[in-house]
Amino acid sequence: MEDLITIENMSFSRGSKRLYDSISLQIPKGKTTAIMGPSGIGKTTLLKLIGGQLHPDSGDIRFKGESIPSMKRNRLFQVRRQMSMLFQSGALFTDMSVFDNVAFALREHSDLPERLIHILVMMKLQAVGLRGAAQMMPSQLSGGMARRAALARAIALDPELIMYDEPFAGQDPISMGVLVKLIKALNDALNLTSIVVTHDVKEVMSIADYVYILADKKVIGQGTPDQIREHESELVQQFLGGKADGPVPFHYPANSLEQDLLEAN
Amino acid sequence: MTSRKTEIMVGLFVSLAVAALLILALKVANAGITGNGETYELKAKFDNIGGLKVRSPIKLGGVVIGRVGKISLDNENYTPVVTLEISAEYKGFPETTSVSILTSGLLGEQYVGLQPGFSIDGVEPLEPGDYIPDTKSALVLEDLIGQFLFNRD
Amino acid sequence: MDWFAQLGNKTLSGLAGLGRASSLLFSALVARPQPVKMFPLLMKQLYVVGVQSLLIVIVSGAFIGMVLALQAYTVLVDYGAEESLGPMVALSLLRELGPVVTALLFAGRAGSALTAEIGLMKATEQLSSLEMMAVDPMRRVIAPRLWAGLISMPLLALIFSAVGILGGQVVGVDWLGVDAGSYWSVMQSAVEFNKDVLNGVIKSIVFAFVVTWIAVFKGYDCIPTSEGMGQATTQTVVYSSLAVLGLDFVLTALMFGN
Repeated sequence: MEDLITIENMSFSRGSKRLYDSISLQIPKGKTTAIMGPSGIGKTTLLKLIGGQLHPDSGDIRFKGESIPSMKRNRLFQVRRQMSMLFQSGALFTDMSVFDNVAFALREHSDLPERLIHILVMMKLQAVGLRGAAQMMPSQLSGGMARRAALARAIALDPELIMYDEPFAGQDPISMGVLVKLIKALNDALNLTSIVVTHDVKEVMSIADYVYILADKKVIGQGTPDQIREHESELVQQFLGGKADGPVPFHYPANSLEQDLLEAN
Repeated sequence: MTSRKTEIMVGLFVSLAVAALLILALKVANAGITGNGETYELKAKFDNIGGLKVRSPIKLGGVVIGRVGKISLDNENYTPVVTLEISAEYKGFPETTSVSILTSGLLGEQYVGLQPGFSIDGVEPLEPGDYIPDTKSALVLEDLIGQFLFNRD
Repeated sequence: MDWFAQLGNKTLSGLAGLGRASSLLFSALVARPQPVKMFPLLMKQLYVVGVQSLLIVIVSGAFIGMVLALQAYTVLVDYGAEESLGPMVALSLLRELGPVVTALLFAGRAGSALTAEIGLMKATEQLSSLEMMAVDPMRRVIAPRLWAGLISMPLLALIFSAVGILGGQVVGVDWLGVDAGSYWSVMQSAVEFNKDVLNGVIKSIVFAFVVTWIAVFKGYDCIPTSEGMGQATTQTVVYSSLAVLGLDFVLTALMFGN
């Protein structure tokens, strides 16, 4: 199986806080890879590292064998046309209608006539079920609709790679079901490579081909969803089962309780 | 992407600004005698220029006909030389013309007054760059008071 | 010792900010300009930044001109010098109040809006998303706003001065009874186009540059939280006002100080 993205011994810190300590990941081509982990470990950061918006402190990230951190700006911009990212907030441009949002990348990167752009945009909107909302402004959309509109924008240029940043966070069950179905359908229909960053275990296990679990700056478990369910690591099991206490402690590191309580005197 | 209304409003905005500039240039600043037009230079030596400054007006019978361009000191006999920039409209003053440094009102600013002389045969007109021979210096109040006190003794 | 460490820390972070601001300016204005693609964006920003500031500028200009005329008249009339009302109003407006007050109004009206808008675009990941779509936010977002500010403010300052002088005429001539002929003619003999009008324009170009630069940079550099954005908009108004007043002194000394 060919890898679209290879991350090798990559370390990254933000300020004095180390987020990744020499991690390695492979994202296979044409598959859906899920990256899971507790909040605050920098999963979004990982996507920005892959997109070349951030630079790792050491190690390498390769897209089709080409090192992203050492790319020149022009080359990076060319490569980015083959990838797209669905942001947690949707990140629709608030001063444009849904139609113009989806048409944005087409207008920016191609010289297609407006008539053709219209057809393409309507097809993309049809795919996410929002053709009727083409003329609405982003502020008029519900959270789930905004994310679907953003998804239509993300597939506008027919990318090879889509990175989903917490696509299910804060969605009601219906929207969540719709999004799960959409991601799976798009992946199969367009033969995309997807990276889904999330902590919604149940949803992502149903669509992922391969799963990485990150915690404590490292990859603590990886495998197909079935392998992960059987994983022997306590940490992985705590995460999958959603237990309150375990290797990831319930208490944030602190002094002993007695000491803190007596301090008042 | 840009709607027609936006374009029209921006167009209006820019033309309003141009209108403002025109008002300022023509009605407020009177671009006529502001150094924009053609000028020529005459020079005059004074014993004392008092409070005359660069850009002080040059008046003839109350009409502003130019401005002081440069004030310098003659290196040989240490007398001030004033360069007068006069609008090209007003040409051909006879060489008997006199200049004096006057004060507008009791406490006002000082300006250069031009008094055209007689012109008969044999009197050449002043050419650009010529010195005006007949000059009257500024009145300096302290000197006047001094003279007054001295004469009384 | 602590005090020195703090001073050093402040200096270093100030220099780092200046460096980031300069690189923003460089990449937005100098690197790879694309005039054809930018034109519609510039139009839109001219509308937002320029046209929408027009009302406040016209109203303030008119009132300031009227107040100037009223105040100057009460002083001048004691010396029988009412005819100097024209130059008094015109020179104050052209040399000082036009550029300075316009810049202050602009910082409050358009500058803070620019900061908030760009800050919000950052907070809602629109800037990141542009970058991921292989569109340079410098070119797409920052450059048109910088240019729009740079173009609008001198135009607004001209309008401010012209409206102010007309306002001065309304009070001075129509209300207080200064002779209309002497209001305009004495003004004309005192005001010089190169020295007064053009220097005023130069001043407002400098102010436009500084205010827009601060506004755009503060938005781009803000901490993308509601608190950070509030801080950034406040800083835009405070820093640009201080910069305008400080620069005004320097420019005035250079232009009119002999």
